[in-house]
Amino acid sequence: MPYMTHGDLGGRQGFGPVVQDADDSLFHAPWESRVLALTLAMGALGRWNIDMMRAARETLPDYLKLSYYQIWLSGLEKLLVAKGLVTSDELAVGHAPHPHTPIDQILMADQVPAKLAKGSPTTRPPIAPARYRLGQTVVTRAAPVDHPTRLPAYLRGKTGIIDRIHGCHVFADSHAQGLGEDPQWLYTVVFEARELWGAKAAAGHRVSFDAWQPYLEPA
Amino acid sequence: METEQDPAHHAHPDHEHADHDHPGHSELSEIERRVRALETLLTQKGYVDPAALDVLIDTYQTKIGPRNGARVVARAWVDSDYRDRLLRDATAAIAELGYSGRQGEHMIALQNTPTRHNIVVCTLCSCYPWPVLGLPPVWYKSAPYRSRVVRDPRGVLREFGVTLPSDTEIRVWDSTADVRYLVIPERPAGTDGLDEAALSALVTRDSMIGTGLARTPAEM
Repeated sequence: MPYMTHGDLGGRQGFGPVVQDADDSLFHAPWESRVLALTLAMGALGRWNIDMMRAARETLPDYLKLSYYQIWLSGLEKLLVAKGLVTSDELAVGHAPHPHTPIDQILMADQVPAKLAKGSPTTRPPIAPARYRLGQTVVTRAAPVDHPTRLPAYLRGKTGIIDRIHGCHVFADSHAQGLGEDPQWLYTVVFEARELWGAKAAAGHRVSFDAWQPYLEPA
Repeated sequence: METEQDPAHHAHPDHEHADHDHPGHSELSEIERRVRALETLLTQKGYVDPAALDVLIDTYQTKIGPRNGARVVARAWVDSDYRDRLLRDATAAIAELGYSGRQGEHMIALQNTPTRHNIVVCTLCSCYPWPVLGLPPVWYKSAPYRSRVVRDPRGVLREFGVTLPSDTEIRVWDSTADVRYLVIPERPAGTDGLDEAALSALVTRDSMIGTGLARTPAEM
């Protein structure tokens, strides 16, 4: 059963022109800012990681019909239930008849600036030398996979060049599945537009993405 | 993985705008109730400090935004040593100005030149360099931008009012991992006499994503 993401949009057609909002505000209603804050505060508890959250969002069946913060809200609710922090009946009634899961440490107001400034770096010490070198030609994995991945569909089975080497990073595919950090070498791979879109694509147009080593094979 | 769908299926108006085009609509009230209920629930359970939520919102509304990135760009324009450090290790160079952390842990600076124009996207979700640009605008997170900019960057640029010479190389960076990209736009002509603060005022958010150019003093 292939993994079903609704968020993988690169190169798809039929979405129309890019619409720039006359109202350029960050939030279009107060609830949007509360959803952002709830997501960040609950994420700080460490019961899930950001790759699990991305997977929870992109697998929402109505992803393309939801606004951005509706996606965030539904993703948060889904993970809260999946991780046993709330029940679906509690979500429905909006209060907590069931005993709560004890949490060692929650994010307190005075900790927010330091927590945001620190972030969550994903670099890890290498456990083996990098397989690829700058300038090397590589081919991306062609087959779809049955788990969350950050290899977009439009870049599967394409030939490109190693353009940058970023060191070893937490591997999103493993991390999203709860399989640990599984650090892997991360590269920027660059493609000619013609490789992606065919002979009619403009010369001098290139696209790159950041690829963990398991996405790549030697050409 | 998902297969291509009938384009007509997605031809409905931009869904990102559904809420604010209809303020006061019952759907909006319903989602407000749902979010309020969730916040109450999580507070009752002791999972969130409501004051922390206020601090988080205030941070992204008033402290972390594209003026941070504009200061980085202006410094790079006036100080070639800083520019070299920025291009070599953007995370460290940006931290010199006090900006670091969440969604900017691993930064790369991309320098636009007369022969090369860089544009940043996240086709899979909405990855964006928060410490220097704040939270992304709606269009950056929308299906039209994410789907089209990798296929037709010049067409997207035209919608932003930007036309580049036909021989300019266009490089689109799809932020698929945890590396975040900041575009250093070209310094506009006629700005030799401006100091760093005046220069930073010319640096727009879109120019640091690559969908715009820095303003000229005449455009201010």
